Amino acid sequence: MSVIGARERRVEDRPLLIGAGVFVADLNRADQIHMRVVRSPLAFGRLLEIDIEDAAAQPGVVAIWTAADLGDLGPIDFRMTRIEGMEPYRQWCLARDYVRYVGDPVAVVFAETAQRAEDAAELVFCDIDEQDPHLDARAEPVAFAPDVSPELMSEPAVLQKAVGDVDAAFGQAAHEVAIEVRVGRHTGVPLETRGALAVPGEGGTVTMYGAAKVPHYNRGQIARMLGLPLDAVQLSEGHVGGGFGIRGELYPEDVLVCRAALAFGRPVKWIEDRREHLIAANHSRDQAYRLRAAVDPEGRVLGLDAQFFTDQGAYVRTHGATVSDLSAALLPGPYLIPAYRVRGHVRLTNKTPAGTYRAPGRYESTFARERLMDAIAARLGLDRAEVRQRNLVPESQMPFRRGLDALGTDVVYDSGRFHDLLERLCAHVSWDDLQERLAGRRKAGERVGVGLGYFVEKSGLGPDDLVRISVLPENGIRIVTGAASIGQGIETAMAQICADTLGTGLNGIDVVHGQTALIEKGMGAFATRATVMTGSATKMAADALIERALDVAATLLQAERASLSYADGTVHHAASERTLTLSEIAAAWDGGLGAEATFVSDHMTYPYGIHLAQVRVDPATCGVEIERFVVAYDIGRAVNPTLVEGQIVGAAAQGIGGALYEEFVYDEAGQPLAASFADYLMPTAQEVPAIETIVREDAPSPINPLGVKGAGEAGINAVGAAIASAVDDALERPGLVRQLPVTPQRLHAWLQE
Amino acid sequence: MKPAAFAYLKPENLAEALQFVADNADDGKLLAGGQSLVPAMNFRLARPETLIDISGLEALDGVNDRPEALSIGALTRHATFHKPVSDGALGRLLVKVVGHIAHYPIRQRGTFGGSLCHADPAAEWCLVATALDATMRLESSGDARDVPAEAFFRGSFTTALEPNEILTRITIPKLPDATGTGFVEFARRKGDFALAMALTTLHLEGNTIRSARVGLGGVADRALRMTEIEAALVGKPATPETFVTAGQMARDQISPRGDIHGSAEYRRDLGGALLERALAEAAEEARGAVST
Repeated sequence: MSVIGARERRVEDRPLLIGAGVFVADLNRADQIHMRVVRSPLAFGRLLEIDIEDAAAQPGVVAIWTAADLGDLGPIDFRMTRIEGMEPYRQWCLARDYVRYVGDPVAVVFAETAQRAEDAAELVFCDIDEQDPHLDARAEPVAFAPDVSPELMSEPAVLQKAVGDVDAAFGQAAHEVAIEVRVGRHTGVPLETRGALAVPGEGGTVTMYGAAKVPHYNRGQIARMLGLPLDAVQLSEGHVGGGFGIRGELYPEDVLVCRAALAFGRPVKWIEDRREHLIAANHSRDQAYRLRAAVDPEGRVLGLDAQFFTDQGAYVRTHGATVSDLSAALLPGPYLIPAYRVRGHVRLTNKTPAGTYRAPGRYESTFARERLMDAIAARLGLDRAEVRQRNLVPESQMPFRRGLDALGTDVVYDSGRFHDLLERLCAHVSWDDLQERLAGRRKAGERVGVGLGYFVEKSGLGPDDLVRISVLPENGIRIVTGAASIGQGIETAMAQICADTLGTGLNGIDVVHGQTALIEKGMGAFATRATVMTGSATKMAADALIERALDVAATLLQAERASLSYADGTVHHAASERTLTLSEIAAAWDGGLGAEATFVSDHMTYPYGIHLAQVRVDPATCGVEIERFVVAYDIGRAVNPTLVEGQIVGAAAQGIGGALYEEFVYDEAGQPLAASFADYLMPTAQEVPAIETIVREDAPSPINPLGVKGAGEAGINAVGAAIASAVDDALERPGLVRQLPVTPQRLHAWLQE
Repeated sequence: MKPAAFAYLKPENLAEALQFVADNADDGKLLAGGQSLVPAMNFRLARPETLIDISGLEALDGVNDRPEALSIGALTRHATFHKPVSDGALGRLLVKVVGHIAHYPIRQRGTFGGSLCHADPAAEWCLVATALDATMRLESSGDARDVPAEAFFRGSFTTALEPNEILTRITIPKLPDATGTGFVEFARRKGDFALAMALTTLHLEGNTIRSARVGLGGVADRALRMTEIEAALVGKPATPETFVTAGQMARDQISPRGDIHGSAEYRRDLGGALLERALAEAAEEARGAVST
């Protein structure tokens, strides 16, 4: 019986469905105090003075901190993709000399109730010498902090990657195709806003509840920043209402609640409100691309010369240059493109700092690359599927070494049948017939069209993951991992992998995650890594557990180890017809029964897929309705196809948001104009069509013991690309869409051209 | 997102409510359905010192279906109009309109009168009141006055309501039998405030327009009744060409302001396009009404 591949129900759902979920806002401690952050009302200016007198006199106020109260507390460091020279651009927990975006924390108020804290926070007055904000990442860099360090410019880094001879490619090209495109500023918006409850313990220790995504890493940083030994800080993850890359990174508020709990000797709670969330938690995307392709007479891309600008916002946060690095590395996507050169400008502006959001750097670069492929098709008069077919990396070249690095690992597409997947998708939708039908509808006056976007994802970022499995004497199995659950179904997936290996059912398998007190290391959940990394470690630990069970059983049964066999949770001794279950062994053996394993990987896995969108445009309103959306995706091996489909559908909805609705807009003064759900428009069930999924297992990964690749970002990657292509097609205007989101007013303006 | 502190009063009856309103004329605010006020308070964009909760006043709830007009209690919830509140064109029109107001749960709480008093330029009921010549009854302690819609709406979120007054009833004249109605709006998402909307009524004789009402919402600081277009339509055939001309007139006559969801140019075009559609819808319905 194979449990891997089964459509098991999520083991983690019951408490969520019966209302027994415990999110950080649900946690309360006697004697807790509440923190409220005072945020800059201006986008850029010199912070002259902060007057806290009136606020401090308010009833219920315990304390108010500004940067002056934080002593030598340092800035928040990079977790990923550190580049030399970026250090001066890190964010401090409270603004010191400048405020750099609307929402920049300048002070924190601690009070007996959340209401009191908010009342008092309104009375904190910041004297700011307002200066002109810098809001366009494509414009020439300006001084980051002109009065303090005039030499520090708003371009912390320029990433360069290159492979092959690009100039020679342009020398041989029959056609040169160039485009300029942009992806708007949007981000993951979890249903649950950020929050934390820091509880002081014995002897100067603190436990922070509300951790998510990377509890072990954050624990280390908080300990380091507060000058505490590692074991004085514990992070604990409860239920988490969505992650999407932005939740769970280390933010100023996390450090401040822990510091305050230690300073006041009382639990300190902070729950972010939605307006704060939309101006203070990481934004993402907001890139502009300039692409130039050297193309041969058949439409093959010989060379690609690329430049892009990432609007990183006001500071470089924990992700360092991750978004730009992934953009640069994965821009060529599924195509051969033998010569490639890219310059990625990491630029700062006076907007909310940006980090990663589901498919960071790929949603954007796929949009740019697929717009380019459409432009090539239009220039050469080729079918859009055909031009892609001609450029795909053939199966014979797998594993395909791109000759670039991403996140410090070599980009090696581990396996893939790119042509096969495109053929399957075209067959599924009857591509030629479909285009004919749509052409017929257009002739009858409708504005309908279809579009494609092909992408390569990446998953399973190393370096390693540790999993411990123990058998409980009272019948049960506990898996302890440092991975995190952000709603993706990790408990179910790990339980299935463990059950499959041990030959037991899912019942009784308990997956413990996100608790720094229970396991000394863990990488958390990001970069679509958990099923590959934690899953492989789980598989290896379960294998080790079987070996250990056989060793122990041999002693218990006084039998030759070689005479024992293991199946379905039980050790058998054929000669004596005696058996011992795992829990019997655990109960009988001093020290119990357990095993652990670490899976190490130097390379990521590269799943791939195609999105297809069919849209209808109303030329009078410039509204875009999605009639059909299909995601074809090769995941290598699906641990649970239902979970994979769920990941794809949810991500596709978010992708539709970025393609048609969501955008953080700023006015000329740098004031955010989309700071509530009335203006930051997320798609609802009314706007999202049923998402068709085609999940394939044609190219298992050769670089992990399960053959798996990740599912987390498959559904979002090419949504913008496919919808843009479909809108062009509907309006019979190739290249019309060059910016996301495709809002009615934007489309209206393009149609006037 | 906690509201600033406020005092809370819950009157037992209209007389007491009027007294509370008079007593708190400077800093009081009526709470009816709370669907706009409460979020604004949570954002601290509104910070009344005193909330006077009239949502329990049964006298202000419900619709009287009178032969010549509908008399709508100010506290009547939007959801009341999901089914026709009267036979005939007006009841049907209100059904068409109500489905565009926000979302189902909001329609259970939000009130007809609350929407009018809030006076959002893109509110559906404000357009209905303006286009169909509604009359608002404004009461204060010991006094009452009737104000026509055109005098009631003074601009964006601004009305003729005095601080000591409560809007108690809204009267909308019935539409003649065989009137066709059209209501079309466009919003970024289902349930969002419309970027523009158009309301029309047409009375046909054969295919000739005998009378017309034309209103546009979301394209100015208040709902607009387009009387010049109405006059121009009379005597014209109810054809697509006529409606295109009317749409063009609308484009020429409106000068909407842009915001992040719609530029001025876009909204101007949209207003015209929606008017064409609303007229076509009204004509279709009018033809059906004549033939039955």
